[in-house]
Amino acid sequence: MSKFQKKKKEMPAVNTASLPDIVFMLLFFFMVTTVMRETDLKIKKPKLPKADQVKKLEKKSLVNYIYVGKSKDDTPGDKIQLNDRISKVSDIPSFIFNARRKHSEEDVKKLTTSIKADMKVNVGTISDIKQQLRNVNALKINYSTLKGNAFDNVK
Amino acid sequence: MARRSTPEINAGSMADIAFLLLIFFLVTTTMDVDTGISRKLPEKQDPNIVPPVLKEKNVFEVNVNRNDEILVEGDTYMKVDELRAAAIKFIDNGGGTAESLQKDNLSPCTWCGGDKDPTSSDHPKKAIISLQSDRGTSYAMYISVQNELVGAYTDLRNIYANKKFGKDFKDISNADQKKIKNDIYPQIISEAEPTK
Repeated sequence: MSKFQKKKKEMPAVNTASLPDIVFMLLFFFMVTTVMRETDLKIKKPKLPKADQVKKLEKKSLVNYIYVGKSKDDTPGDKIQLNDRISKVSDIPSFIFNARRKHSEEDVKKLTTSIKADMKVNVGTISDIKQQLRNVNALKINYSTLKGNAFDNVK
Repeated sequence: MARRSTPEINAGSMADIAFLLLIFFLVTTTMDVDTGISRKLPEKQDPNIVPPVLKEKNVFEVNVNRNDEILVEGDTYMKVDELRAAAIKFIDNGGGTAESLQKDNLSPCTWCGGDKDPTSSDHPKKAIISLQSDRGTSYAMYISVQNELVGAYTDLRNIYANKKFGKDFKDISNADQKKIKNDIYPQIISEAEPTK
């Protein structure tokens, strides 16, 4: 009978030696793709309008952002944020020139200005911004929107 | 000189450390893509240049006032959801005859599916949409109107691409896209200074 009282066979353990390698690979992937927010919002987070005729902004390094919205302490009027401080409309040309200086001649033509504006701001403010952009010949703009039904904006 | 073998470092916890970092980056990473309506602003004009005279029938006037109401062609009150159809009807009208288009080196629009109404636009290349808003118009309304006007062109280009190539506009080759953009349905949306 002793023949049947064999020692219990142990399950062979899965070799986990390569686990760190796999994890490191994933880690490097996320480290490379992650983008930390460069700018802190000094205004209330703009609630972007929705639209369906949208295009993707391809190269993020070639995009300058202008934020438009209400200030955090609810003072009336639309506030404009360039880089990380609240600015006046008249600061836009220098903002654009600064951005241009960081890029080569070739890339300057491809620079796009993305306007991230809240749904409630007035067209007048946007129009002032556009006028300033025209003055410095920064003609490519993009009205930042969410993907969705445009009729949801107005109800 | 007896050689002492260096004790190996226990690397068992390496995976844990790596996992911790991995989770950190997983959480902080954002993969959002920025989307939006792309437009090109007109270049600054020399104030001495006299703007070319346009025939009124070739201009589709859209007015948005400070109460977010839309007035089309100076006489029709419209909702946003009717705007696209109206714009398509105007652009795709193609009412010009061979003689009237000859001086602009254009031939009558053969691909237009419109009514050929002589009191509306002559040719898609001559049809201009003029958008006039007020400084008090809300940005949400403004974007909706822009979206519908751009949408009108997108729809027309899609119809044409489907008829000619059997595919949507975005799926045809770049050269064909360019041809449609330049010669078939060029997007001409002009924005006037907002009223005070």
